[in-house]
Amino acid sequence: MPILGQNSPLRKLQLRASFKNVDHYEKPGYGLLPFDFARLQGGKTLIVNPAGEFRTIPTESLQSVVEGTLPTSSEIYRDLESIQAISNDVQLAGELVSNKVAAKQESLREFTGLHIFVTTLRCDHTCQYCQVSRRNTGEGSYDMSKEHAEKALSWVFKSPRKVVKIEFQGGESMLNFTLIKWVVLRAKELNKEHGKTIAFVIATNLTPLDEDILSFAEAHDLHFSTSLDGPESLHNANRPRPGKNSYQKAKDGILRIQERLGRDRVSALMTTTQKSLSMPKEIVDEYLSLGLDGIFLRPLSPYGFAIKTKSFKKYDSREWLKFYQEGLDYVIELNRQGIPFYEYYAGLLLKKMLSNRGTHYVDLQNPSGTAIGAIVFNYNGKIYGSDEGRMLAEMENEELCLGHLDTDTYESVYSGEKLLSLLDISMQEGSPGCDQCAFRHWCGSDPAYHIAMQQDPVGHKTFSGFCSRNMGLMKIIIDKLENGDDFTKKLFRAWAWRR
Amino acid sequence: METITMVTLSDTLAHHSLGSGDSIIAKAFRPGSPPRQGDRALLAATPADLSHIAGHSAILALNQDTFEAAKQTGVATVLISDKLSHVEEGDILRIFRNTGSTRILIKKKHRQNPFLLTERCNNYCVMCSQPPRDIDDSYLVEEALRTISLLDQDTPEIGFTGGEPTLLGDGLIRLFNRAKNMVPNASVHCLSNGRQFKDAEFTRKIAEAGHPDLMFGVPLYADNAADHDYVVQAEGAFNETVKGLLNLRRFGIRIEIRCVLHSATVDRLPELARYIAKNLIFVDHIAFMGLEAMGFGKSNFTTLWVDPNKYSAKLEEAISILRDAGCMTKVYNLPLCVLGDASRACAVRSISDWKNEYLPACDTCTSKSSCCGFFASTKHHYENLVKPIS
Repeated sequence: MPILGQNSPLRKLQLRASFKNVDHYEKPGYGLLPFDFARLQGGKTLIVNPAGEFRTIPTESLQSVVEGTLPTSSEIYRDLESIQAISNDVQLAGELVSNKVAAKQESLREFTGLHIFVTTLRCDHTCQYCQVSRRNTGEGSYDMSKEHAEKALSWVFKSPRKVVKIEFQGGESMLNFTLIKWVVLRAKELNKEHGKTIAFVIATNLTPLDEDILSFAEAHDLHFSTSLDGPESLHNANRPRPGKNSYQKAKDGILRIQERLGRDRVSALMTTTQKSLSMPKEIVDEYLSLGLDGIFLRPLSPYGFAIKTKSFKKYDSREWLKFYQEGLDYVIELNRQGIPFYEYYAGLLLKKMLSNRGTHYVDLQNPSGTAIGAIVFNYNGKIYGSDEGRMLAEMENEELCLGHLDTDTYESVYSGEKLLSLLDISMQEGSPGCDQCAFRHWCGSDPAYHIAMQQDPVGHKTFSGFCSRNMGLMKIIIDKLENGDDFTKKLFRAWAWRR
Repeated sequence: METITMVTLSDTLAHHSLGSGDSIIAKAFRPGSPPRQGDRALLAATPADLSHIAGHSAILALNQDTFEAAKQTGVATVLISDKLSHVEEGDILRIFRNTGSTRILIKKKHRQNPFLLTERCNNYCVMCSQPPRDIDDSYLVEEALRTISLLDQDTPEIGFTGGEPTLLGDGLIRLFNRAKNMVPNASVHCLSNGRQFKDAEFTRKIAEAGHPDLMFGVPLYADNAADHDYVVQAEGAFNETVKGLLNLRRFGIRIEIRCVLHSATVDRLPELARYIAKNLIFVDHIAFMGLEAMGFGKSNFTTLWVDPNKYSAKLEEAISILRDAGCMTKVYNLPLCVLGDASRACAVRSISDWKNEYLPACDTCTSKSSCCGFFASTKHHYENLVKPIS
């Protein structure tokens, strides 16, 4: 019965007479443990255990697997036993799986790591796709006050996590650099008592970067995260500002930071617009030429001006996936030529698929990372469970507003009905469409996305771009892991365990 | 790293006044050595040496004249043969009182002096280099306890091997306690198939013995029950060993996983590596070991032997999986020239001096000095396989 796979090659071994053959140890009768499955291309079925470990088997053998008739002599039996999809000792297998699930969910126990301070909503850029609905540079009422920053800091130190990150966002966060400075110094002061490890990141378009900022960043170990959409023409078309020199400013800033503070102190993020779709290679090359170690090929999110200006509607998941695959293939080629370069989205998913560590990436958490992965303190003192939550708010949707620094306490927000019910409904185990999806073990819930697109935090997954994009991407990766060449498999494995 | 059998140099020509009981265990000293704690045996080369007899519980007479003179002392005496003439001060010996048969248990100048704690075993591995025997050898525990008491204070490490040491139950725990109390700076490495650790209570007792530097070397031959059980020829062994590993982890005891490479283990090496990285990431290191043609390894050799060049790609994949996962991995008993790059980086010059050999072709190899060479027992199988590295 070839459809049930190859027999174990050990069956052919002939030891001395006093030894028994392998069939003596192939005990019939096995139990099923929880797993999900999905059909893949090429007659294969994907089997995934709750810890995200997977194997593929011929679709024809699925029936016998679940009926309990899979021959114990087969390699498929061994493959599935190896990931505890089946076992003749279900209690032991269950213990192994739960250990792995616990390790993957470690970030839940660690609790909130990322604390976002929106220092101002003002910005010098006028990007069509702006997801936060920036304000013009002169409007001072869009700045965060010291009083609110002080209160927000008290939240940072209430987090049980030892390692926390404070990220400054905008608008253009550095237009209110006075506040950034104040927060960094104040946090260090307060930390004398708490002894946490604090990382500081400034999300910025780098336009305001000057000598003062650089020396402060040097003295206080600040990191920069900037936007770089690709080659000059693309970047400037996506990110207009007076002077039409956004690209030059970003490039100059990146090089300046690298030389002055070190390569590891600046990273860049790209956003895919319709114009980007035809130039994945050029975009990657841009990152490469600036000495950046990798790229995060990111789709556009449906918030702010991205919706108002219909930028978001200009391409669909399928077009984005095609763009992504071309970009990823090019990155693999670079590595094959001996040029180390990393693609963060694939790396993130590979971590979930192959390593036994979880990730802290907020958009792919189950339950969602709302407030327990990241928390956002808006310029006006309002508190959101995610960056996307405040983006929604600028679109007059306060569904993800969890409270206000002036009127709410850490305890009232974290144990409040609003957050708890948001987390509750974000659990895949109870979400229609997610609960039986084989890909869910690598995926997450994104309530903000579904509120923006479907006016519902759970949404209908059949029509969810979040769902089709992530599932499509996972299929691309599985295909490479299963059918790719040895180089790609090796590279992917190294990415999965990259720290 | 090989499964080391005890030094079998054991012969005496005559004995006298050995008294009753099982055995004498004593450390050899030259005449006139300063006094030391514990049982001492005098290395006597001339009758005159016997004037130093005070404080010794046995005499090792190196010739007939000395033996005759020693008989007059009333102290237990053996006349040792040429086979034992290399006995040196600081070596620890056992003399059976009933036969006078004498054996060196600890050779001071060897770094590794494994204690064979029992020949009994509940596995029956197809490549076992020291096939188990179902005998009552419980005296070995008492002997090991007494030997540990005699070890030098600066002994760097103690190896316990078998058979299956955990079959001793509380006896094994007594040994860990003795080692902790008498040679607290020595690390203890104990081989075990890990099955008994499925008993959480037993494992907890070992942890509570509180040895400061204890590690178990536990073999795992597959990522699935049928293949592992086949290799160790014991039903249910895989599940028990995995439970045992989880219990060792639970009680904070350090673990080395070992896998011998042969026809029944090499096919699923990458799967085994993935299994370890996923389920047993807490182990301290992993050792892949070349096959030695000893014991069952010899009688099943034609079935078990695989040209390492045929499995080196799988070994390479397994090692890079473990390396990516951050597991410390080593390769023992395989010459460098049959290994891929990742495996070479993990290779250890492991075969003990008196066992390792090289082939004529090795003389032109630039890596000879860092290569473990071959076991005498498998050397000729490599004759057409070696590719001197230039």
